[in-house]
Amino acid sequence: MADTLLSVKDLVVEFPQRRGLLRALDQISFDIKRGEILGVVGESGAGKSLTGASIIGLLEPPGRVSGGTIELDGQRIDNLSTAEMRKIRGRKIGMVFQDPLTSLNPIFTIAEQLIETIQTHLKLSDKEARKQAIKLLDDVGIPAASQRIDDYPHQFSGGMRQRVVIALALAGEPELIIADEPTTALDVSVQAQIIDVLKNTCKEHGAAVMLVTHDMGVIAETCDRVAVMYAGRLAEIGPVREVIKHPKHPYTIGLMGSIPSLAHQVERLVQIPGSMPRLDAIPEGCAFNPRCNRVFDRCRTERPDLIAVEENLAACWLHAKEAGA
Amino acid sequence: MLAYIIRRLIQSVAVMLTVALISFSLFQFVGDPINNMLGQEATSQDRENLRERLGLNDSIPIQFARFTGNAIQGDFGISYRMARPVSEVIMERLPATLELAAVSGLFALTLGIVLGVYTALRRDGWLSNFIMTASLVGVSLPTFVIGILLIYLFAVELQWLPSFGRGELVQITDNWSTGLLTESGRKSLILPAITLGLFQLTLIMRLVRAEMLEVLRTDYIKFARARGLSQRAIHFRHALKNTLLPVITITGLQLGSIIAFAIITETVFQWPGVGLLFITAINFVDIPMMSAYLVLIAFIFVVINLVVDLLYFVVDPRLRAEKSAAH
Ligand SMILES: Nc1ncnc2c1ncn2[C@@H]1O[C@H](COP(=O)(O)OP(=O)(O)OP(=O)(O)O)[C@@H](O)[C@H]1O
Ligand code: SF4
Ligand SMILES: [Mg+2]
Repeated sequence: MADTLLSVKDLVVEFPQRRGLLRALDQISFDIKRGEILGVVGESGAGKSLTGASIIGLLEPPGRVSGGTIELDGQRIDNLSTAEMRKIRGRKIGMVFQDPLTSLNPIFTIAEQLIETIQTHLKLSDKEARKQAIKLLDDVGIPAASQRIDDYPHQFSGGMRQRVVIALALAGEPELIIADEPTTALDVSVQAQIIDVLKNTCKEHGAAVMLVTHDMGVIAETCDRVAVMYAGRLAEIGPVREVIKHPKHPYTIGLMGSIPSLAHQVERLVQIPGSMPRLDAIPEGCAFNPRCNRVFDRCRTERPDLIAVEENLAACWLHAKEAGA
Repeated sequence: MLAYIIRRLIQSVAVMLTVALISFSLFQFVGDPINNMLGQEATSQDRENLRERLGLNDSIPIQFARFTGNAIQGDFGISYRMARPVSEVIMERLPATLELAAVSGLFALTLGIVLGVYTALRRDGWLSNFIMTASLVGVSLPTFVIGILLIYLFAVELQWLPSFGRGELVQITDNWSTGLLTESGRKSLILPAITLGLFQLTLIMRLVRAEMLEVLRTDYIKFARARGLSQRAIHFRHALKNTLLPVITITGLQLGSIIAFAIITETVFQWPGVGLLFITAINFVDIPMMSAYLVLIAFIFVVINLVVDLLYFVVDPRLRAEKSAAH
């Protein structure tokens, strides 16, 4: 499949702890196609950030990938050496963090940080790199880029800084950008702008995006496909319209129901009772079974794998062929 | 910017006046200097004349104003013990202390930064652990014990280095004779400089290490990693520069305390600087000398403080913006 950019298969991430291994990601599998925007949603602690960190190879020790594979352009990247992985970071996979106020080094100018990043990855002279840097700032919509470029981060507003961060993430012309809640720390008034900038600039530069967000509105408007995570597992993944309009996993159904702006699309406002289990107390079988309103025997003993249902994939026994659903 | 400098200058003057007041009050508390100066047999007429001549009959505020005015011109009166102008004696002795402080400050700073960065980057290495443990010992041993141990080892047992004095000196200006230009002078400097600098060294090292670890945890370092920058650029450009920023303040102030702490080291090594001068002055209740020393040390602290502040201001773009925005 030539148009598959990233392929994550059965990814397992564990943290060694005093009482044995804590499994934070459990057999996560999904693909991202070239130029596509994949949204990732899930409650706090579901493992969204860890998934991003594993892909770009920046898991904080003692956390480690202990199972599965991550392939980029058909090449495995989960077992690369530190030096090899450094060539991937910035060059093949870029990252946008949550808080633009702390993402930029306060004592270097924007120009210094951009040019340094560009020259790390591309063979450009100082002059060419500077030109490229100004172009990038232009692309992300910084007005008077050629003048602002020599300013320090604190001279920009939060929204402008996040634009700079996006420019920096794109400086090495990566094919994939992982954006972990890129607007959560921003003023509500600029959130939509920044999402637009992210979407459009990445499109222009031919980069796919893995967009982690809590905002279903953003998902609906921005993403091509969406992945729903629950307790370190993938609950459902599919085209964004399908997942929103015809969710197949009871957790996704609940999730969509609890979004007020989308509530008119479902019959009633569904509230999911209970809360996500701690990682060291995940029940046997389906991780969602204590909260599920459609739970049956099999859910408590056997763990469901992703099952194709129409255009979606859902990890739920309701859709198992032999169940006759 | 200008308003900031002016405000800092006013603060500095206030500090100096306070210290001047304390030094001045030494004269009031330690009793009548006339007895010391004239001895028991002097007539009351002699005493009265001397009182008048020294201005001791004026009111306290007037005496203080005179003291301050003279001090500003570098005049701290005549040493009771040596019968020479205090400022002259201090100027003679100051080079010895300044050379010692500068060398030990440099020693503490360079080694402190190098070791601090090393122990931060190799947090779990055995050498780092060893350095950290050794530094604990360094902090907990009193200066004079370290001095004596060093003397015992390098001067008495190994006989590599002299145990006291400044060695051979070279006169470079009228009142600056340096030990840095002769081999025996440099050799004499080693043990006292290490003794004096060891405490600051461990302090700077621990500070740099803690600061560096803190910086390495920041988002902008994570973001730098995510951009694929080289390890070298991340550690020594992005992290180190941010680490050194707050370190400047502390180490700058440490230089002041190196000069002040030199008293003990100078005593152990019989180093002929102002610290030793001060100790001798205390033994002889040489009030003008003591008060001059206090003012001098305070002055050095205030100047260093000011310079460090301005330096920090120049180095940190954020501070520059905030301060100029505030005015
Ligand atoms: N260093 C660690 N040691 C142990 N557990 C960890 C560690 N880091 C993360 N975890 C666990 O991994 C789980 C997933 O964390 P992650 O940060 O990926 O969540 P998230 O989905 O991004 O949540 P949020 O929406 O709050 O950002 C959490 O439950 C957390 O407890
Ligand atoms: S597998 Fe069972 S418990 Fe899990 S979501 Fe489906 S129905 Fe609910
Ligand atoms: Mg997160």
